[in-house]
Amino acid sequence: MSNIGSYEKRYKDFDWSLAKKELNWDENGNINIGYLCSDRNCELGLADKLALIWESYSGEVKKYTFNDIRIYSNNFADFFNKLGIKPGERICIFLDKVPALYIGLLGILKMGAIAQPLFSAFGEEALFTRLEDAETKAIITSRKHIGKVRRIRDQLPALKHIIIIDGEGMKLRDGEVAFDFEKTEPKEKFDIFKVTPDTPSLLHYTSGTTGKPKGALHVHKSILSQYITAKWVLDLTTDDLYWCTADPGWVTGTSYGILGPWSQGITQLVLEIGFIPERWYQAIEKYKVTIFYTAPTAIRSLMRVGDELVKKYDLSSLRHTASVGEPLNAEAVIWSDKVMGLPFHDNYWQTETGCIVIANYPGMKIKPGSMGKPFPGITATVVDPKTYEPINKAGVVGLIALKPGWPSMFKTYWNNKKIYEEKFRNGWYICGDRASIDEDGYFWFVGRDDDVINTGGHLVGPFEIESALIEHPSVAEAAAVGKPDPINMEVVKAFITLKHGCKPSDELKLDIVNFIRKKLSPLAMPQEIEFRDKLPKTRSGKIMRRLLRAQEWGEEIGDISTLEDE
Amino acid sequence: MKEGEKMEEDMKEVILDYIREEYLDEDSGIEIDENTKLISSGLVDSFSMVSLLMFLRQKYKANIPDEEATAEVFDTVSGIIELVNKYRQDK
Repeated sequence: MSNIGSYEKRYKDFDWSLAKKELNWDENGNINIGYLCSDRNCELGLADKLALIWESYSGEVKKYTFNDIRIYSNNFADFFNKLGIKPGERICIFLDKVPALYIGLLGILKMGAIAQPLFSAFGEEALFTRLEDAETKAIITSRKHIGKVRRIRDQLPALKHIIIIDGEGMKLRDGEVAFDFEKTEPKEKFDIFKVTPDTPSLLHYTSGTTGKPKGALHVHKSILSQYITAKWVLDLTTDDLYWCTADPGWVTGTSYGILGPWSQGITQLVLEIGFIPERWYQAIEKYKVTIFYTAPTAIRSLMRVGDELVKKYDLSSLRHTASVGEPLNAEAVIWSDKVMGLPFHDNYWQTETGCIVIANYPGMKIKPGSMGKPFPGITATVVDPKTYEPINKAGVVGLIALKPGWPSMFKTYWNNKKIYEEKFRNGWYICGDRASIDEDGYFWFVGRDDDVINTGGHLVGPFEIESALIEHPSVAEAAAVGKPDPINMEVVKAFITLKHGCKPSDELKLDIVNFIRKKLSPLAMPQEIEFRDKLPKTRSGKIMRRLLRAQEWGEEIGDISTLEDE
Repeated sequence: MKEGEKMEEDMKEVILDYIREEYLDEDSGIEIDENTKLISSGLVDSFSMVSLLMFLRQKYKANIPDEEATAEVFDTVSGIIELVNKYRQDK
């Protein structure tokens, strides 16, 4: 029997007070997420239970109990206090998937600051944009990434502290400090900052069609959603060994790579490595992983490697597998059922929602290729794109819309209340994705409703890419769109017109790619550049990305009545 | 050293230099050789390798198809050399 049991019954009877009750969550008590994910587990008798099994790239293994997590996160929190960082200030974590990331994040929350995790593969301009916007006070990083921080530091007046986790023995510059959380004197007791349900906790950056990336601000009560969704969608139970492959630089890696499992006292595995099929299969076999949560891109990559490899490993420990990021194609569900003996359960959510909102549940019939059904406590529908009224007709495509009010819903976009308010229409939060609902209530993803590109499960805004491209001295105009990719669903393709006197060539293409690579997030890197004499524009002069995109996807171009005259 | 071996040694140095120059941070103090795992170790992101692929196509006149330029092959310089040798036309 799964945790959720009967989906229909849960949906009908659901009340968020259930999550409060299970977490002993009392607004007047200690509801700091840092406490709920570490100290509380110790108080419940799980002090000696493993919280984290971490395997480095080289194969070194480190294990941490919940008591270790409690003390080490105290060490971090105490250290931040001593630096003079105040509650509400932003502390960025710019690290690979190392223990300091997971434990440091709880330390930040314990002393009341806002954790701002950023993907460590970001180039310095991508990093700069996000630190500048958040007026980040401190950054935790490592030797490997310090160069990027040093090169932008002078342009960030708010950034006062650069904490280097392996900085011992390094020649440190002004404002830099080495801190090894395992070598500092254990802080047995720490006075955890008292938060309210709406005290900010995390700031995750995401991309939109226009403007710079936006910081989605979350609050401490979000744990109610993350706790209950982790329990019901991922089916986590006391004896599970859980592995979420997501990097906490992205929201899946925090909501379900830290908060969901640890608020439940679950042991989780973290591998520092990226995608290496053999190492992944070995890890499942070696650690006897029972619950596996990954992304469609990874599943399709495993499919590509072939069935022979998977047959070499004993994956019989697995009892539930789930996937998130972009739609999971039916073939991948069928493949995993055939070779692993388990179908992947796809689910859907966003940085802004903070938790899974639509899912295929354990025990519920999977319709391969479908996103599943709304989580109990979430009212989801599709609405007409013009009237924002629900479309109550099976199979008709509309915009995915959610009724606001679940605990992990973002509070605002940092410094951008206007765009936040634009996300709400007719009493619905509009996700920006198109889907239809079938006669059984299953949602079927169709695509984005804007020009945002979903590559490998991450959203990339065209504006950032185009801005970087037109900074190149030879580029006159640029348009970035998603083109189909068998592994990543979409990858970025850029169309470029050149300035007068510049001629297209392979050498110029390489020069442009190298020019923008250091500015962008790696995911935003165009995988193809095409030179054009001109780009399609509306009569008002706006580049029609949707036309270029439709050409790439072999789709109908649609209404081009606003296209400028030749 | 035979001619073929010298060509391969030269190619190895060219590719390693390109990676050091374009992808690695001097401040990191990271050293690489032909067997260092580049993508799976997190040193280089697979999406960023597009510029290396363009460079290899131009430098060695190698018509490497996109579908063979996978993250697995590009994970080590040895893998990259093998792929380039399969398609290079300047031999």
